[in-house]
Amino acid sequence: MDLSYGQAAEAFRKEVRAFIKERWAPQSVERSDMKAYVAAFRKAATEAGYLYRAIPKKWGGSEQSPDVIKAQVIREEFTRARAPMEVPGNGMNMLVPTLLERGTEEQKRLFIPPTMAGDYVWGQGYSEPGTGSDLASVRTRAELVGDKWIINGQKIWTSQGGKATHMFALVRTEPDAGKHDGISYLLIDLDQPGVSRRPIRQMTGESGFFEFFFDNAETPASWIVGERGQGWNVSRTTLKHERASIGSAAMLGNQFEKLVELAKEMTRNGQPAIKDPEVRQALTRIEGWVMSHRYSSYRIMSNAIHGDEAGIISLMMKLLLTEIGHDIALTAQDLIGDEGLVEPAPAGTRGRGPEKWLDQIMGSLGNSIAGGTTNIQRNIIGERGLDLPRDLAMERGQ
Amino acid sequence: MRFHLDSDQIAIQDTLFGVVSEVLTREKLDAFIDGEGDFEPDSWAAVSELEFFGLMVPEALGGSGLGLLEAALVSESLGRAAAPGPFIGQFLTAIALSSTTNETARDAFLDGVAKGKTVSTFAFGGNWLPESWSVESDGKSARGEVRFVPSANAASLFLTGTKNGGIALIEAGDEVAINRHRSTDRSRPASAVKFDEAAAHTLFEPGDPLVQRLFDAALVLIAADALGGAQYCADLSVSYAKEREQFGQPIGRFQALKHQLSTMALNVEPSRSLVWYAAHAWDEEQKDASRTAALAKAHLCDRFVEVTRDAIAAHGGIGYTWEYGLNIWFRRSVFDRAVLGSPSVHRERAATLAGW
Repeated sequence: MDLSYGQAAEAFRKEVRAFIKERWAPQSVERSDMKAYVAAFRKAATEAGYLYRAIPKKWGGSEQSPDVIKAQVIREEFTRARAPMEVPGNGMNMLVPTLLERGTEEQKRLFIPPTMAGDYVWGQGYSEPGTGSDLASVRTRAELVGDKWIINGQKIWTSQGGKATHMFALVRTEPDAGKHDGISYLLIDLDQPGVSRRPIRQMTGESGFFEFFFDNAETPASWIVGERGQGWNVSRTTLKHERASIGSAAMLGNQFEKLVELAKEMTRNGQPAIKDPEVRQALTRIEGWVMSHRYSSYRIMSNAIHGDEAGIISLMMKLLLTEIGHDIALTAQDLIGDEGLVEPAPAGTRGRGPEKWLDQIMGSLGNSIAGGTTNIQRNIIGERGLDLPRDLAMERGQ
Repeated sequence: MRFHLDSDQIAIQDTLFGVVSEVLTREKLDAFIDGEGDFEPDSWAAVSELEFFGLMVPEALGGSGLGLLEAALVSESLGRAAAPGPFIGQFLTAIALSSTTNETARDAFLDGVAKGKTVSTFAFGGNWLPESWSVESDGKSARGEVRFVPSANAASLFLTGTKNGGIALIEAGDEVAINRHRSTDRSRPASAVKFDEAAAHTLFEPGDPLVQRLFDAALVLIAADALGGAQYCADLSVSYAKEREQFGQPIGRFQALKHQLSTMALNVEPSRSLVWYAAHAWDEEQKDASRTAALAKAHLCDRFVEVTRDAIAAHGGIGYTWEYGLNIWFRRSVFDRAVLGSPSVHRERAATLAGW
């Protein structure tokens, strides 16, 4: 076992560090010039081969061969310097990989460059009010009339919905075909009279998600990815390039360290709470899980580097992260005590005290829902990981 | 960078589990459990023949020169097979004899221990932690009493914790009286051992950092044993859920059980990475090695208890019977959790070691 990244990676790290030092100096930039400065930085970082590594040069990417360690070093160094990486969001994470694999040349040309530039912001149009875990039951319809799709229905839980300019959506185009075979993957411009949107206020009080209403909305006939009725399959396309990362382990590690800091700051029986035997047990119990998560992340990354399959552990990371987040939330709630009776000021506000943990405490509940609920995660581990028989209704595809 | 097993390491694990499951048939294990012996020669011989007891002995001293990671893989496989015998004591003795400056003791015993010909167990006593050890030894003879010594009747050597945290190797003989406990874990029966001026060799003086290091290795090996046991229980439950039918279908199709089985897998698989890291940190003598050993021991023993409980629940009535055998692993989880100190003891140590 060897947890170091190796000499080649450390040499590469120096190179990345030198690049960032030379090119990223946001302190000296006027606020009004910042957008252009960031865009120029991303362009230079792409030319250096650090960003948009999976994207062909033809579309403005740096077209690098996959290298999990290099990708990790880049992530670490950019994060350390707080330098901007690729434009975040569903566009780069989901749509672009799908287009690269399944899109037409025309679609790639139309959508990849503006998405990379952040000019097109993509919302995901999968869930509907009656369609959650049973995603293939979507009812939003699209009908081909002349050279346009006419879309009617409703989508929900779209993140970045306020900023979204476009949507990739699963819609029913073949009403007479089977459940999965009747779905197509359409791209929709959201700036049109047939589309309206409304924010969803979530339990934290914030509105991170939107719902969208389609009332005879239109999209060109050619804005379908894959063939008619192949949408389900197209939506399963995932990003394989340099996918293994230990990003969530670093995030979890930071969160745990903050919990330890909280235990040092809060007092109990006239001394720091961290001196309390119960608190020490709670913290070290969580730490066993945090370390299991961290070294499982390394294990998955190591498998990816060597071209091996990590197996069932890969199916567990989301659930594991969620469960540890809950443990942290419960311990934090205990530690902050009556400070938690005050609702925290919004993130970014100065002078927030221990009550700010309420963000994590409530946010941890969001984690058990977003991206596949905890119950669905357990199904996935059971069925794909342990090879247990599927639920009869699911097996029949109903 | 590499943080998953290579083909040699996988071979250690697979070969051993294959051989041990072959020689240690279920009938043999049951007979051992119902009997009065505290040593099972066939599984012991299998490990000896593979030369695994010498795994961590340096090549210069005739061993394989591998690390605690490989020893942990062996311990895991033995835990999975519920193998009886003082395997962990034997490993610890091999490590101790390889690193002691007492060359007389090394020359006299290391070869026999590494080859599995001389059986050695551990006898720590007190509350398990080095500062509580109480046997008095002057390096020639030792006196004192230690409870919970695994396979004491079979042992010719006792790796013994001495007063103020030293380690002596004590020879079996007339000066050693053995009183078998009624052991919960019948696959690893233990005894109370009384040394009355028994022949002793000092391996480490009190205060020698190698004492803590040896104790940390013991924690990691127990954690690995727990991992193997938990793995066995989870696997058995999954196979049962695929075969057993109720309401006209395999019970594994029902979501409640599926989720219970997923939870069991979630208790096993991520913890494996923690065991690997704890062993790796020990091998590399990292600063966090001792603390990680404590956390791994605590975490894995909790996981093992949780998984065996869930396994019995998932099986229904058959899991509660003596005959089905899950209780063998349940009782091993009781042993692993208690031996060398409970999870809460090691968590408190870990908190202190962090400077909290």
